[in-house]
Amino acid sequence: MSIRVGEAAEAPSFQKAALPLLDDTQLRKNVRHATDVITNKRAIVVGEQHDWQQLRSAASAIKEHTLRHLDHYLLQFEAACTAAGGHVHWASDADEANRTIVDLVKQYGGKEVIKVKTMTSDEIGLNKAFEANGIHPHETDLADMIIQLGHDKPSHIVVPALHKNRQQVREIFMQAMGLSELGDKPEDLTNAARHYLREKFLKVGIGFSGANYLLADTGGVCVVESEGNGRMCLTLPDVLITVAGIEKVIPGFRDLEIFLQLLPRSATGERMNPYNSLWTGVHEGDGPQHFHIVLLDNGRTRILADPESRQTLHCIRCGACLNTCPVYRQTGGHAYGSIYAGPIGAILTPQLFDMQHSQSLPYASSLCGACYEVCPVKINIPEVLIHLRGRVVREQQSGANIEAIGMKAMANIFSSRRRFEAAQRLGRIGQWPFVSKGWVKHLPGMLGNWTSVRDLQPMPQQSFRSWWRDRKKSAVAKEKADA
Amino acid sequence: MRISLFITCYNDTLFPETGKYVVRLLERLGHEIDFPLEQTCCGQMHYNTGYQTEAMPLMRRFVEIFEDAEVVCIPSSSCVAMIRDHYPKMAEAAGDPALVQKVNALLPRVYELSELLVNKLGLEDVGAYYPHRVTYHASCHSLRSLHLGDVPLQLLRNVHGIDLVELQNVDQCCGFGGTFAVKNGDVSAAMLSDKLRCVENTRAEVCTAVDNSCLMHIFGGLHRQRTGVKTVHIAEILASTEDEAAQ
Repeated sequence: MSIRVGEAAEAPSFQKAALPLLDDTQLRKNVRHATDVITNKRAIVVGEQHDWQQLRSAASAIKEHTLRHLDHYLLQFEAACTAAGGHVHWASDADEANRTIVDLVKQYGGKEVIKVKTMTSDEIGLNKAFEANGIHPHETDLADMIIQLGHDKPSHIVVPALHKNRQQVREIFMQAMGLSELGDKPEDLTNAARHYLREKFLKVGIGFSGANYLLADTGGVCVVESEGNGRMCLTLPDVLITVAGIEKVIPGFRDLEIFLQLLPRSATGERMNPYNSLWTGVHEGDGPQHFHIVLLDNGRTRILADPESRQTLHCIRCGACLNTCPVYRQTGGHAYGSIYAGPIGAILTPQLFDMQHSQSLPYASSLCGACYEVCPVKINIPEVLIHLRGRVVREQQSGANIEAIGMKAMANIFSSRRRFEAAQRLGRIGQWPFVSKGWVKHLPGMLGNWTSVRDLQPMPQQSFRSWWRDRKKSAVAKEKADA
Repeated sequence: MRISLFITCYNDTLFPETGKYVVRLLERLGHEIDFPLEQTCCGQMHYNTGYQTEAMPLMRRFVEIFEDAEVVCIPSSSCVAMIRDHYPKMAEAAGDPALVQKVNALLPRVYELSELLVNKLGLEDVGAYYPHRVTYHASCHSLRSLHLGDVPLQLLRNVHGIDLVELQNVDQCCGFGGTFAVKNGDVSAAMLSDKLRCVENTRAEVCTAVDNSCLMHIFGGLHRQRTGVKTVHIAEILASTEDEAAQ
């Protein structure tokens, strides 16, 4: 079984990938601006929702319940969707999903596909599979289209081109669409995109989408998007193919009430999402006449098997954790080496990968907890990060590793008062080679990462415990003297 | 009240003055302080870095040393967070029902310093005097784990002579994050740079917090850049009085 998360297998460590991004002035300005705008909008619309915490709890409970009975709900979805005229396919990994989808497109004689924004197709590397088979995928979500036309990579779950500003988008459009003139106002760019996309919408006969929610009771599929381009892909073509992770199923239609309140407020700071598309199978003379859905595992059942981290599968891909994350806000999404960026990416990517790659990701967090605070489905991301760090440490234990040796030595020191006090004494003496003019300004090895931009006060000559002991002694002596 | 002090390993070693201020403050308020010398570390660094097995004996050690305490005071919200958020789960994982019971019995008696003063002892004005321009940095653990809200600020607002100025983006992490600061030194430095800009914009002389770990990080940057701004633990401000200032 080969599980693939985009191109993350070849991705460098977070630390390495972050460096050039930290030096990219334009990118940092763009990321800061975009995340500031979204977090401020979110704060306002969340603040006015008086039952926000109850909504979070309800969503978390629905997800927990569904995942506990996932087998039941998936089979129920399959039966209902099939009864409504849809075709359900199962894929255990990326290759199987890609094969199924490519075969379907070939079966319908298609050479082109119009796509609604879908993270899952990025996860399995579908566009590459399409191109390898002579099929041209057209991204129709504005941001995904910018990424595709600019030969770039997405940097955010909800706003994939957040690292680009208007002027940069204008250049990409001019080059890719062969325009000699184009303004940089939002309406200029929208008009250019509309011209370009309308032609595809009217011409291409196969639509492709992801899914935000699968409804087990009706077999319905729900896609939430802001532009209406998704609605075009979902309604105009004769054939519609959808790929969805198996964790996207919820028990039924009435549960949408919770999620459709939480998602737009969390994702874009909107009270209601502009386009909520919901379809069930096929209907004669109305919309696509052939509907196929591929239900994808690609490592999800393995995540489900781990009670400590299965809450990762609650995620509704709102991106609120990215916008609020002080780490993401510095680097943007490309540092995470996966289409799943930010705090959720830091826990999802290494799990989909079985930790063979991206071992640096669980450490790409200061554990500040801002992600957990905003998560609409209450994923305790810091807790999962710590759990995954434990897994990294256990898997690294085989080799001699300076950090592990140091950590074990420290644990041994902390396990005994005598050893702790001896270490304090040794530290006070041992630090002198590093102290210059009363400060520690250069440390060796990994600790040098501290002193590269920060000074460090040397250890003072007396520990607290030593002061306390002296104080006790003099108090006792005073008592004796007084007596 | 007899208050047992868990000073924390890094305060004991690197910031002994904070401990002295805690003792001075609590004694001034009429409490008896006990400092069990067997104490070392709560295990936070190990636990958060992925060395959960190594943290386990440190958890047992803490529980054994403090299980009979009337009240435990800790001048560090991140260590309190470690104990409150993770000890119950660790004890559960150890499969030791007696330990689970001991942890559950001990937890309600463990307080971060400002929490102890305001929530347990019902104090807001501790009679402190600190005639300086001060800004307060809310550490992540104090905000999102202990949910202290403005508890430390209630104490600071009642300090005589203080010129308290609000820190912009007060809920943003300073970039310390324990081993994060060395494992991801560059990103951490970028986060610190944002924090320093906010601190300097306040034109405060002093930046305070309930955690010396954040303050060590923030001061490391302030000092390297020769800003002249210093960091002090909240205990120092609360322990300072007009009498001493006059001396």
